[in-house]
Amino acid sequence: MTHALSIQGLTKTYANGFVALKGIDLEVKQGDFFALLGPNGAGKSTTIGIISTLVNKSSGKVSVFGNDLDTHPLQLKRCIGVVPQEFNFNQFELAFNILVTQAGYYGIKRAEAKVRAEQLLKQLELWDKRDTQARLLSGGMKRRLMIARALVHGPKLLILDEPTAGVDIELRRSMWDYLIKLNREGTTIILTTHYLEEAEQLCRNIAIIDHGQIIENTSMRTLLTKLQVETFILDLKNPLEYKPVLKGYEFQLADERTLEVQVVKNKGMTDLFTQLARQDIEVLSLRNKANRLEELFVSLVEKNLPGGKA
Amino acid sequence: MSSEFKSNLIALYTIAYREARRFLRIWPQTLLPPAITMTLYFVIFGNLIGKQIGSVQGFSYMQYIVPGLVMMSVITNAYSNVVSSFFSAKFQHSIEELLVSPVSSHTILIGFVLGGVLRGLLVAAIVSILSLFFTDLQVEHLGLTVLVIFLTAAVFSLGGFINAVFARSFDDIAIIPSFVLTPLTYLGGVFYSITMLGEFWQKLSLVNPILHMVNAFRYGILGVSDITPTTAVALMLLTTVVLYLFCIRLLNSGRGMRH
Repeated sequence: MTHALSIQGLTKTYANGFVALKGIDLEVKQGDFFALLGPNGAGKSTTIGIISTLVNKSSGKVSVFGNDLDTHPLQLKRCIGVVPQEFNFNQFELAFNILVTQAGYYGIKRAEAKVRAEQLLKQLELWDKRDTQARLLSGGMKRRLMIARALVHGPKLLILDEPTAGVDIELRRSMWDYLIKLNREGTTIILTTHYLEEAEQLCRNIAIIDHGQIIENTSMRTLLTKLQVETFILDLKNPLEYKPVLKGYEFQLADERTLEVQVVKNKGMTDLFTQLARQDIEVLSLRNKANRLEELFVSLVEKNLPGGKA
Repeated sequence: MSSEFKSNLIALYTIAYREARRFLRIWPQTLLPPAITMTLYFVIFGNLIGKQIGSVQGFSYMQYIVPGLVMMSVITNAYSNVVSSFFSAKFQHSIEELLVSPVSSHTILIGFVLGGVLRGLLVAAIVSILSLFFTDLQVEHLGLTVLVIFLTAAVFSLGGFINAVFARSFDDIAIIPSFVLTPLTYLGGVFYSITMLGEFWQKLSLVNPILHMVNAFRYGILGVSDITPTTAVALMLLTTVVLYLFCIRLLNSGRGMRH
């Protein structure tokens, strides 16, 4: 089966000499919901820029649904919809016109473009803002407008570069629902995000990029099984003066009523609570210190640092 | 007709429609100023000072300067429409909407140039109508008049496009109109015939491309010119082709747009 995205040996060196990509290989299956994660400056946006033809690659091969970037760029462009990090529409244009104009660029007749614009604006709850200039929309509305614009020509591959940055949690969750629905209907989605909870919730496969190299590329499930130790925060009923010493557990006393404990994955929680109870330490509540994916992400990126913990 | 061609035709219409809507929406900035400026030229230069000058090449001074003033409006408006529109799109990154879509470089360029040409022609029509309040005009060679005004608008739209591609700030889009176009236009025979100049200055004036455009247009309207109109048209056609190819090269390279 043809891959939605296939990248081979992709490199990019900017004019100032900065090497953003050092020969990455990546494949995304049709229908996938794929996360491309990495710290700032890792090469995520450069990769997306190259796929969407906004950045010229230095070498390597990119194809989208079998359309090679070098030989069939126009066909490739027809397959993709891009939601960039920065707002990149005409701020003085009306929301409705932004969609209709974008559809026109894809060869969609004006009458049909208006129908699609109306559908998308309604789906993304922007219909009542159709006659508002883009600059007057809130941050969340602008983000949704960018998604609507990217979908107006019905792309097979949707690329979202931090689509929920600066969006409140309620709106973020409604955007997740929309993206999940879109993916179920057949659209392949590639997502970059700094909210690792978002990637864990939405994506089936994941690649982590750092310093221009792919350092992990696997399914989300496989990646999460690599997590050996999880850190939990325990809220205590009574104050503690010293951190407890329990066999097999590492504790940190964050404050007198808050304990951090590292738990080895296969050990479970029952033994921990039993030992704490023996020392008359009552736990009121328990939560993860960080998202599971976040812990893995940090450890992988740290390993990749020069002189890292590998 | 291939689907790719059809798609590009719709895209071309979309770009040109968007460009026309833009300059019509901001008509107090785009259409009104040339109307006011040119009316002042007609009143002060044509009417008040012109009466003291008498006739030039068999025409009243007012009649003589009208074609030049029309061309002056076309040049500045066609240029400024494309330079400001394309640079704004670059500045706001909205040009990326076009770059990520399957629109050919030719379609993008022709779309922006059409915007410039439309504004140039609309302003030319406004200025021509205003001139009729001050003098009578008859078009001697309609075909040549239309061809020259269209080519002039196209040449300066292409020039504006090149300026916008290289510009990095709003200052950069004001430099060429202020320090190149305005002097060349004033020295391009808008207000005088080069036969009034000494031999050296006459020859030097021939290097100015705007002189050829203004005189070719004047020939179309009045039937008099300081230069050979066919040479002027040939020069304009050649300039259009050369600038067009250069613009396409800039677009394909992604200069100032792609990293």
